[in-house]
Amino acid sequence: MRERPATYIALSLGLLLGLAVAAPAQAADKGTIIIGMQCDRTGPTQVVGTALCPGTHDYIDLINSRGGIDGWKLDVPEVDNQYQVPPSIAEYEQAKQQGAVGVMIYGTPITAALNSRLEQDHIPGTSPGFGIAASADGKYYPYLFPIAANYWSQAAAAVQFAKQQLGGSLKGKKIAYIFYDNPAGHEPLPILDELSKTEGFQLQNFAVPPPGVDVSSQVLAIAQQYRPDFVIDHTFGKSPALIIKGLQQNGYPLNKVVAMVWASGEADILGAGGWNVAQGYYTMQFAGAGQDYPVIKQIKAMYKKEGKSPPDALNSTVYYNRGVFQGAVWVAAIRNALKLSHGKKPTPTDVAKGFEMIKDFKLGGMVPPITISAADHEGGGWVRIFQVKGDGFVAKTPWFRGFRKVVVDLEAKTAQQMASKAN
Amino acid sequence: MFHSETGVFKTSYAADMALYPLPVARYAVIALAIVFLFIVPLVFSPYLMTLMNLVLIAVVGAIGLDILVGYTGQISIGHGAFMSVGAYTAANLIVRTGLPFWLAIPAGGAMAALIGIVIGIPSLRIKGIYLAVATLAAQFVIEWMINHITWISGGIEASIQVPPPSIFGFKLVTAYRLYFFLLFFAALAIVATLNWMRSRIGRAFIAIRDQDIAAEIIGINIFKYKLYAFAISSFYAGVTGVLYTYYYGIANYEQFGIDVSINYLAMILIGGLGSILGAIFGATFITILPEAARQFLTHYGGMIMSQDAVTNVVPNLQLVLFGGLIIFFLVAEPEGLNRLWRSIRNYFRVWPFSY
Repeated sequence: MRERPATYIALSLGLLLGLAVAAPAQAADKGTIIIGMQCDRTGPTQVVGTALCPGTHDYIDLINSRGGIDGWKLDVPEVDNQYQVPPSIAEYEQAKQQGAVGVMIYGTPITAALNSRLEQDHIPGTSPGFGIAASADGKYYPYLFPIAANYWSQAAAAVQFAKQQLGGSLKGKKIAYIFYDNPAGHEPLPILDELSKTEGFQLQNFAVPPPGVDVSSQVLAIAQQYRPDFVIDHTFGKSPALIIKGLQQNGYPLNKVVAMVWASGEADILGAGGWNVAQGYYTMQFAGAGQDYPVIKQIKAMYKKEGKSPPDALNSTVYYNRGVFQGAVWVAAIRNALKLSHGKKPTPTDVAKGFEMIKDFKLGGMVPPITISAADHEGGGWVRIFQVKGDGFVAKTPWFRGFRKVVVDLEAKTAQQMASKAN
Repeated sequence: MFHSETGVFKTSYAADMALYPLPVARYAVIALAIVFLFIVPLVFSPYLMTLMNLVLIAVVGAIGLDILVGYTGQISIGHGAFMSVGAYTAANLIVRTGLPFWLAIPAGGAMAALIGIVIGIPSLRIKGIYLAVATLAAQFVIEWMINHITWISGGIEASIQVPPPSIFGFKLVTAYRLYFFLLFFAALAIVATLNWMRSRIGRAFIAIRDQDIAAEIIGINIFKYKLYAFAISSFYAGVTGVLYTYYYGIANYEQFGIDVSINYLAMILIGGLGSILGAIFGATFITILPEAARQFLTHYGGMIMSQDAVTNVVPNLQLVLFGGLIIFFLVAEPEGLNRLWRSIRNYFRVWPFSY
């Protein structure tokens, strides 16, 4: 074979160039506060990331367009972690190097892997609605902020809702728990087991093995054999849509199904075949669904002023609003942190303290009255149930919490156990 | 030009069998040692150091898989599962008995090797794609077991936090300290494998790969050596799992899914099967490429599209670029990056008097 020197030299140069390009980005300008952000626009849960991340960006842009926070502009460099741990670690280190005051994490395994780093670097991270349930206890997880109802609060709220729907008592009733068969899916089990004892209902678990693209046997077992009085659906990805469709086809009434927060998006409804298929389906939200909130109107106005049309993601209101919520909580925390640092650039520790100073944060009714304290990083664990009606979600309940004491006790117990094991 | 055999005469068997056949190789190793021990930690930022660390861990795993796939000609799609076996074995031992890392790492490897032998038994009867499916089963069985047996997984969340490794009370926590820790194991894996593969075992592996019936006829116990290959490969995988566990501070089986197994196969395919340098190249390539693609697109993507579009498009383009480059390299050089490197080297060897 004839040698091709030009090709080889070009390839070597290309490799060198690639390495040069991989060099880290430049440091922040004065007057900018950086928050690292991880997203999942590709990967298994991209349906969430593609709507949630624009929401956060839009809220930050809104704040910046009004002159930032006390003159400080925010910069939220986003990176896609593909729901995988190794790139997330690299991205976290890059954000740290850029001087980020914190990171928005995305993904339960990623939260678990980053937790020890957050603690060691004293950098706050948020994991809204996922992550380690025990991290609601700020005493043992000082730098991890779930900021929204974790799986335990969600499960407890789901049981509370079922109780209310079934006439105020669960004694002798049958509840089916259908869940994605991974740690995140298992997480609510202790709460459900505990409640089934104290409330006297019969609990039957139905596991959906990963990758969750076939739920037919579980759906049949629920709809034809077990025939429970209520179903709690805690699945992710493709499964929720398949479950809605399957239960509907098998004649199980969807107004006896409550989905936990990651089975509650527009995409799940549309994936099941549209709004008319899913009529009556109850969804659980930690940020309000729909567009009837002042902050959403402000974002739309901002786009109008710039002469652009708002992004499509805005119509996926459930996840988009969660993104707005995430951005808003960070802004609130940084606002508090600036008080602590007396107008100077806040340190990550200031921001962590800023989170713990958030009180009765409502965002014009879009989110529950969140109060984060040094002990409670979950912000109270509030949720709200929305029902599918017509072509959208209609609020069914006010913001509420279920069996708060059971949840808090379990959080404290588990956090303590985990902390003592790790040391 | 430098890498030339001219004038190098070997006068003893020992010289002929030396790990470095040419003096220049020895100098190159010394130079590499200086680069990796001093220059890299002094020059690299923490971010690059993190990437470097991920590469070092991947190198150990890729070499392990290469022993099985590249040298012995068996196939395994369960490499990720063996990593989780190592990770959970070590994590349980560390948390329950306070084992130090220099015992936890071999323990994790040994457990993975044991499981690897069991999984490797079908290889005695089946080959190729059939064996691939058998090892794929191992991937799912192991994942399922860790997920459901809380005695192994340490609880319903299936994750076990481990304290950082420490030597004489000196905690290896920062990216720089962990770098030396990981560098040691990566170097150990490289040197051990280089030697292993030119020993009786290594040559038996290669004989089995090239023609198993012929190997049996010349007196190689295929039964024994195939299981050896599975054991050694899984040992490396187990060690990789423990290193990941120490690196993340947590053992979590979701980090060792089927995609990880496939990624490692991609590493050794792109690097070039049956060569340690190839495994190193492949591990580096697959680990760095997504990051490099991302950096490239975030910096230069703004030239051809709006910044808003960049955030939306980059993650997808990154995947397209990643897949495209893999195909390009496999088509341009089916024998992998290692072959590419050799071609470059050979070109310069006779430069400027090539014929």
